[in-house]
Amino acid sequence: MAELFSFTLLLTSALILISILTLFCGYRAFIGPTIPDRVIGIDAIGTNITAIAILLAILTSFDYFVLVGLVLAIIGFISTIAAANYISESEVIQ
Amino acid sequence: MINTHILSIALNSTHSPRSMSVMFFIILGCFFLTVGTLGLLRLPDVYNRLHATSKSTTLGAASIFFSGFLHYGFQGMGLTSLVGVLFLFLTAPTGSHMISRAAQKMGVEFFGDIAWPIHSDSQTPLNEDAILDETEI
Repeated sequence: MAELFSFTLLLTSALILISILTLFCGYRAFIGPTIPDRVIGIDAIGTNITAIAILLAILTSFDYFVLVGLVLAIIGFISTIAAANYISESEVIQ
Repeated sequence: MINTHILSIALNSTHSPRSMSVMFFIILGCFFLTVGTLGLLRLPDVYNRLHATSKSTTLGAASIFFSGFLHYGFQGMGLTSLVGVLFLFLTAPTGSHMISRAAQKMGVEFFGDIAWPIHSDSQTPLNEDAILDETEI
């Protein structure tokens, strides 16, 4: 019964759950009625993949996945800012 | 009753306190990510969806980062995880604010019969003179 709270099992189920949630965010990014909806969906996908990278770093004890998650968070932020600038100003860098 | 049963199983198991706190923060992060994604799918409006994702999803990812910090400790990748928590809490409000400003400039309407407070037909942002005129009348 103590196997119910196994560490590896919890990490694997969390990975499966977050992967399904990422698929649902992709649904919103696909059918979103307006362009900001799609940007929000892609931003949520980036945040979920950051969480997936941290969970992989803990699960496989390959430590550099933490850096992968951090860099993915930075790229998601920059892409969000670029998309917001493109929507409002019609150009990315003025 | 079920909760106390599960808690007794978890406390009697052979996990160290650090491992149990890592588990707790992973479960908390999964809960917040689920809430944020459900809000992203179910809410009717751009601004409501932004409200759901920018708070809940950020909190979930930050708590999973914090579980990484608890797992690694004050060395190496643990400090990187702390930098990730700080970075998420700094950048997520900035990005969501910029997206909502872009949506307001684009002219995305609210759900239902809610409108911007003044000049609901022209999508200009509020200026202080209009607010002053409204309050004087």
